Amino acid sequence: MSAADITRRAVIAAGFGGAGALIWNANSLTLSPSFAHVFRAVEDWTRLSQRTLLLPGQLAKEYSAADISPTFKPNGTFDPGGDDYNSQVVQNFANWRLRINGMVSRPLSLSVSEIRALPPRTQITRHDCVEGWSAIGMWTGVQLGLLLKAAGLLSSARYAVFHCADNLTGDPSKGGEQSPRQYYESIDLVDAFHPQTLIAYALNGRPLDVAHGAPLRLRVERQLGYKQAKYIERIEITDSFANIAGGRGGYWEDRGYEWYAGV
Amino acid sequence: MRAAVVLLISTVVDFRRKVTADVEGVIRSSLPRVRRAFSHSEAKEAFYRHRLPVRITHWINALCIVFLLGSGLNIFNAHPRLYWGMYGADADRPFFSIGSEDGSGGTRGYAQLEHWRIDTTGVLGWSKSDGEYDARAWPDWITIPSFQDLADARHWHFLFAWLLAINGAVYLTWSVVSRHLQREIVPTAADLRAVPSSIVEHVKLKHPAGAAAKRYNPLQRLAYMGVIVLITLMVLTGLTMSPGFDAVCPWLLEVFGGRQSARSIHFIGASLIVLFVLVHLIEVVLAGPINEVRSMLTGRYVVPEERAS
Repeated sequence: MSAADITRRAVIAAGFGGAGALIWNANSLTLSPSFAHVFRAVEDWTRLSQRTLLLPGQLAKEYSAADISPTFKPNGTFDPGGDDYNSQVVQNFANWRLRINGMVSRPLSLSVSEIRALPPRTQITRHDCVEGWSAIGMWTGVQLGLLLKAAGLLSSARYAVFHCADNLTGDPSKGGEQSPRQYYESIDLVDAFHPQTLIAYALNGRPLDVAHGAPLRLRVERQLGYKQAKYIERIEITDSFANIAGGRGGYWEDRGYEWYAGV
Repeated sequence: MRAAVVLLISTVVDFRRKVTADVEGVIRSSLPRVRRAFSHSEAKEAFYRHRLPVRITHWINALCIVFLLGSGLNIFNAHPRLYWGMYGADADRPFFSIGSEDGSGGTRGYAQLEHWRIDTTGVLGWSKSDGEYDARAWPDWITIPSFQDLADARHWHFLFAWLLAINGAVYLTWSVVSRHLQREIVPTAADLRAVPSSIVEHVKLKHPAGAAAKRYNPLQRLAYMGVIVLITLMVLTGLTMSPGFDAVCPWLLEVFGGRQSARSIHFIGASLIVLFVLVHLIEVVLAGPINEVRSMLTGRYVVPEERAS
């Protein structure tokens, strides 16, 4: 037997041993902090690939009115509840304020009616849940880019972080553990200034109902459902989200989901 | 999954032992002519069947399929319903679903295709994990990870999806450039004409011997061509489920009839790949597992001798 044969045998044995070990230990690798780096590298690679292919202004497909889902499934929080939110519902959100602050030159505080008075955009788009289902709906709102231009972003700004009124106290089997933390999400400025990125106030021609995020929610159409934050109270412009909540840029991101939800 | 691994490992170990006793000194040179000369000097005729790129990409593919299937079924469990069309959620009618239902006799698991429902308690819809019954579509012994976690399953799925796509691109590029694909995989007109007789031979479990064993038979060519098309389809339908990629290539949505259709085709494609793997493994066993597996490891394939019939 030549040296080359022995080397080949070693390579084959190592390959099969490694593959077997990988399958055998899949569960523990899933939970191992060091293997998480591998997964994070894959996520970065995916994000960079999509960011390379996806031109900043490229639109998500817009559908026709005939394509709208008969029922648009709500998910996550169905009702934030609590005294503050409940009284807002009773007042029909007349006193709801959307604040935009952080790395901006002119912090804003807008009422829902002020936002409704801005030039609207209406789009019929598909909402893709990370779980696998989809629903098509017609959203009306103001382009986030318009609001951010009005607030004037500082040159250090990199992300828009959405702070929400709900803490996702839904069915634990569906919505994860009960959490005292508020729902939050974040997107980068490419998506923040995308023409289809809206602060939406209407679904299918009617003001948002509570289950769908009343009075204001995010639409960021080239990403999955968990990015579409509901019940938005504040948009914080920042250069990093490392010090917000779990530091991963969103409620579900803190629970293991990808920050870049384009896949 | 572990039972499958034990089987795989024991097969490989067993096979390694036999190979050691068997193939010493057969392939000493990389020159095909020299190799042929060597094999002619053996009692049985051996030839170099699978070139290195085929062997490497084959085994990477095998590993990818294990992980993609296991993690894919875990992902499926997050919403175990399939729809046709552009949208589909709880209020819409699925054509296929796996679920569980409380009845007088306790909870039962079921799988339902259109209006046709079968009881699958213990396997689909309602099965034991960690000693307790749980409402989950696919059972813990087949999913990766075994526990139900959509985020973790997605991590595994994307890791191996990238590996599969890169491996597939390497294989296809090499196959086209080396003409492996055109010469050895794509069925010729003669192959297509020979399909009926090839079916008869397969049904009789007769395997080609002598010179005929040196090339893929018509059904093999169709199966390998088919699985190349299937894996390509899996990559494309997988990409169609990505809202980001849909903005890059909106035509994919038109090709597959919408995101939910693409998701359903992805699931059906996965099922067909499982079918392919099962038939593939059965054929390997029937055709002589040691010779077949060795040829995919070292390249060397001993041509079955022709028997007088």
